[in-house]
Amino acid sequence: MSAVIVLTDIRRVFIMGDQQFEALKGVSFAVEQGEFVAIMGASGSGKSTCMNLIGCLDRPTSGSYLLDGLDVGGMDADQLAEIRNKKLGFVFQGFNLLARTPAVENVELPLVYSGIHSKERRQLALAALEQVGLAGKEFNHSSQLSGGQQQRVAIARALVNKPALILADEPTGNLDSTTTLEIMTLFTALNRQGITIVMVTHEHDVAGFARRQLTFKDGQILSDCQTGQTSQTLLKA
Amino acid sequence: MDFLQTLKIALRALRTNKMRSFLTMLGIIIGIAAVIAMMAVGSGASYVISQQIASIGSNIILVIPGSTTSGGLRTGSGGAQTLTSDDVKAIMNECPSVALASGTVRSSGQVVYGNLNWSTLIMGGTPELFEIREWPVTAGRSIEQQDVDSAGKVCLLGQTVADNLFGSSDPVGKIVRIKKIPFTVIGVLERKGQSPQGTDQDDTVFVPLRTAQRNLVRSNHTTSVGALMVQARSAELLDKAEEEINSLLKQRHRITGDKEPDFSTRNLSEILAVAEKSSQAMSLLLGAVASISLIVGGIGIMNIMLVSVTERTREIGIRMAIGARKNDILLQFMTEAVLLTILGGLIGIALGAAGATIVSKMLSWPTLISIQSITVAFFFSGAIGIFFGFYPAKKAAGLNPIDALRYE
Repeated sequence: MSAVIVLTDIRRVFIMGDQQFEALKGVSFAVEQGEFVAIMGASGSGKSTCMNLIGCLDRPTSGSYLLDGLDVGGMDADQLAEIRNKKLGFVFQGFNLLARTPAVENVELPLVYSGIHSKERRQLALAALEQVGLAGKEFNHSSQLSGGQQQRVAIARALVNKPALILADEPTGNLDSTTTLEIMTLFTALNRQGITIVMVTHEHDVAGFARRQLTFKDGQILSDCQTGQTSQTLLKA
Repeated sequence: MDFLQTLKIALRALRTNKMRSFLTMLGIIIGIAAVIAMMAVGSGASYVISQQIASIGSNIILVIPGSTTSGGLRTGSGGAQTLTSDDVKAIMNECPSVALASGTVRSSGQVVYGNLNWSTLIMGGTPELFEIREWPVTAGRSIEQQDVDSAGKVCLLGQTVADNLFGSSDPVGKIVRIKKIPFTVIGVLERKGQSPQGTDQDDTVFVPLRTAQRNLVRSNHTTSVGALMVQARSAELLDKAEEEINSLLKQRHRITGDKEPDFSTRNLSEILAVAEKSSQAMSLLLGAVASISLIVGGIGIMNIMLVSVTERTREIGIRMAIGARKNDILLQFMTEAVLLTILGGLIGIALGAAGATIVSKMLSWPTLISIQSITVAFFFSGAIGIFFGFYPAKKAAGLNPIDALRYE
């Protein structure tokens, strides 16, 4: 198995006026292909900063980051945009779908920016929607869908470019417990198909679906443990 | 990202806020409509002036007798009878830059046919007069040299006179009485329309010069003429011809040194060229005023685009996270702005053209909508979109994706 993410001694310093704030103080870890990792920690622990760096939305002050074998550190904004487009799929807490736009067009959006032709775009988007169990809702606008369905559209959008990694930022934060279970079941199923998932959460039972838990505290990794998929075992029971 | 998709997204964004898009467009609509209408009215005016210039004939110099003093009363210019048919002949023969010259006399009086009568201008002239003024007949024949030589009692009617005395029947060959003297109508002149001064040029009866000198005008000498109409060989020779006429007449009238000449010359085309220029300046001024409203409209576009960028910060964040490059975002907002102004421009062109047509119908003021002004208006509206859309689009493209995603 090859590593999807290799972070080596990553530091991120924010400068606000005269004050400096070190959000990440030398973080190193690797994520292998096919892993399902939950990143945990209290607010201010540095987990969101780490997530932004992994997502190529931000650049580290020092340290190196290899994503799918590519050194992302020296890239400019447009190159990072292309990496986000080709290698990463994002799932956000607030779904972040475009309003007044049919589900299928939301899913097509990453393909629009990678310059894929409209016919092929439509086919790929429909396939991704089927994969997340939304066949039949393709042309509903996001306002006509429930929260769980909206998050499924977002997951389809993250999947459609066949990324190396799916990044989920508190994906169940806006959902009730039943829907949370549905979405986490979907993530588990996708992971079983070999898709690498990194998820930020502060809920222990959600983190329990992952097979590995990274806990952050004060800009450093506090613990890194394989959980043995407690929740997944629970699901089967 | 292909252009069609960009256009589709921009259209959707505009449709989402229909009322706002329309109100934003309104500034451009009014501006473009004003430009189109103003230009139409302005160029309509210059068109009329150039038509009037053409109606006088080209390259024309008027020679007018000076004033005379009799019993302490000065008559004003044209009052003296210092110019003669011999002067006309001399100008024709001795001024190389002159093509044609005709002496004229004018009088006014009653023209009678049957039980109808009409008070009109009576002009005496030679055949050259109609050549100079490029004024052919529509019926019958024009005045010929033998009519002048024999002082024949024949006349040509202007359209207005023909209409008033004969209605729809053919005047050629009929006898009319001018100042109680019977004249045979030999022809009717083509319609000429208004002169630059606004008088009806068709309200005139023409008779041979010598006939007029002998029978219609009270005068000391039967060879004196009222005014000379001279045509230069070309527009370039106009000034030279004027000089030649001046020196020739001074010599013939024995005017030396500081002595006031007993005639004056006027270059008609020059006067009208000035009139045309001033009307062009007028339409330029109107255009300038209208383009101010376009700039105001453009600022409105910029304002709304800035609001739109702020409102859609989150959307921009999503697009960036998903892989939109800076240029994709820039192009998307630019497209939206240009779409707004071009749509506004098209509506404005339609409204402006309609407005100009209404003006010309209601006020019977001629308007001219040129393809040129429509093209300029169209591209100008596009340019306003690019100019005023750039700053907001740049602002959108420069957003930090993390901040944009977290924006509430």
